Amino acid sequence: MAAPVIDTLTGERAGKTPPAPRKGGRFSVHFAHYKWLYLLLVPGVVYFAVFRYAPMYGVSIALKDYVPFLGVNGSPWVGFRNFEDFFANPDFPRLLGNTLILAFLNLGVAFPLTIILALLLNEVRLSVLKRTVQTLVYIPHFLSWTIVASLSFLLFALDIGPLFQFLNNTLGTNIDFLSDPAWFRPLIVLQEIWKNTGWGTIIFLAALSTVDQDQYEAAIIDGAGRFRRVWHITLPAIRSTIIVMLILAIGQMLNTGFEQIYLMTNALNREVADVFDTYVYFVGITQGAYSYSTAVGLFKSLVGIVLIFGTNWLAKRFNQSGLF
Amino acid sequence: MKIHNTRGGRIFDAANYVFLSLIGIITLLPFVYVFAGSFATEAEITRRAFFVWPEQFTLGSYEYIFATPAFIRALVTTILVTAVGTLVQLAFTVTMAYPLAKKTLRGRNAILSLVVFAMVFSGGMIPTFLLVKDLGLLNSYWALILPAAINPFSLIIIKNFFQELPAELEESAKMDGATEIGILWRILLPLSKPVLATFALFYAVGIWNDFMSPLLYLSDNSKWTLQMYLRQVTAASDLLGTGNVDPNYIPPEQGIKFAVIVVATLPILIFYPFLQKHFAKGMLIGSVKG
Repeated sequence: MAAPVIDTLTGERAGKTPPAPRKGGRFSVHFAHYKWLYLLLVPGVVYFAVFRYAPMYGVSIALKDYVPFLGVNGSPWVGFRNFEDFFANPDFPRLLGNTLILAFLNLGVAFPLTIILALLLNEVRLSVLKRTVQTLVYIPHFLSWTIVASLSFLLFALDIGPLFQFLNNTLGTNIDFLSDPAWFRPLIVLQEIWKNTGWGTIIFLAALSTVDQDQYEAAIIDGAGRFRRVWHITLPAIRSTIIVMLILAIGQMLNTGFEQIYLMTNALNREVADVFDTYVYFVGITQGAYSYSTAVGLFKSLVGIVLIFGTNWLAKRFNQSGLF
Repeated sequence: MKIHNTRGGRIFDAANYVFLSLIGIITLLPFVYVFAGSFATEAEITRRAFFVWPEQFTLGSYEYIFATPAFIRALVTTILVTAVGTLVQLAFTVTMAYPLAKKTLRGRNAILSLVVFAMVFSGGMIPTFLLVKDLGLLNSYWALILPAAINPFSLIIIKNFFQELPAELEESAKMDGATEIGILWRILLPLSKPVLATFALFYAVGIWNDFMSPLLYLSDNSKWTLQMYLRQVTAASDLLGTGNVDPNYIPPEQGIKFAVIVVATLPILIFYPFLQKHFAKGMLIGSVKG
């Protein structure tokens, strides 16, 4: 066991690179050769074991009645009772509805807007203008949801906010946009558009930059106008990118963004604002129903996995390239 | 070939340029308003619906917040946690990326598979919260740093970067008797400065902007970070019923809120030129290797 190490050392003294142990050799030999690398690996492996995999094991409390002093292992199994409780709870249809409506609004409004903005930017030939607009619309992506929510609170502040005054004067109304349940969803989608539409164009612009320019020249010779060129050349060229981004977006559909929704939730709009993510927080963290809320979170993740595989299957079915 | 443009095409171009310029300006307007408002008097904020330049210039809001102990504490805390957290997270990521870059290391593929698996699946909010609680990290700043110590995506990109560095560099260092740790410290890290700077920014922005971790793990409001403080200041009047806000808290004047927002946004805006450049690149790497 020790012999190869000494060999290695003499190799070093002779001024040669120590040879790596041959493949399929004894592990102890391999380990002695790479001991520093294995040492470096320790903090990372411990991190993944503790902060990534232990919580995955902790998900088992969804099937238990978690009692803090008994711990994850000691708490008694209860089967699917937490799930049954959730499905029987009148909160369930409300949460599902709220989550799906927000998800479809984001998919139906914010997603196409990203593609439209990318197409418009792609048509710009004045590179100074293109770069300036890109620089401006990327900024909000880097701000926290706390900042976005705070800006909304100021812009829509009762009586004095600029947008409060502008919209109410235009509509001839006196709506408090921040607490009116009917305005919760439009506000959320508006925030999402302001924060992420610009940034979302990056992927599409990258795809657009690979479109073969000869095709445009040929189309011009054939007499195709601007819109026909976009329709027949540009869009088909980025179709696979659109589909991949759509599959990813659908897979993330139920992840409504905990921070955003939580920050915009208040006593008056709870009815429409509560989604799976914030419900898990309110019921789990503030009320201490750990097992029940873990079951809710697990249900959400499982639906997300089904959605991503389902969309991928559909995309392949319709002869498009899927994600995997 | 000079691209031929019809009359309709020119009209479209003009309309498109105007429209995109407007989009750019509208994106920026909320900042301009808040920035101007932070230097305006309370009377002006209440009286004028919208402005981009205050009639009467005052530093009153800033004087007020920088004389408020809770604000100073939140600001200093956030700067320290961001600085220490970024270093810790970068150290964890780099030390793990380097051994994984060695293709001959046994167990490497198994570990990489586990890393990728953790990108897709996670324990979720409650099991992670219970873990942090069991580790005794509630109300500790480590709870804001350690659970996010390694971003699997960053880890893999840094690993790929190390892998692509020429192997001769290491071989010659080994001939001089350097250990792997010495090679990493003296040869690889100096070569990777631009890459490390990118991921340092990535982690720093994540910690600075984080709202969920302090919300979950810091119930003691003397430990609040800037994002928590900002929420308390700007939203106190709108938050009835969600908990976590002191019901006796009296919301401050508008100008104070403007000033706190400016302070919380400023570091991001200062670093924005770097962020834009590096994050855009990072996003595209992700889309290719995803």
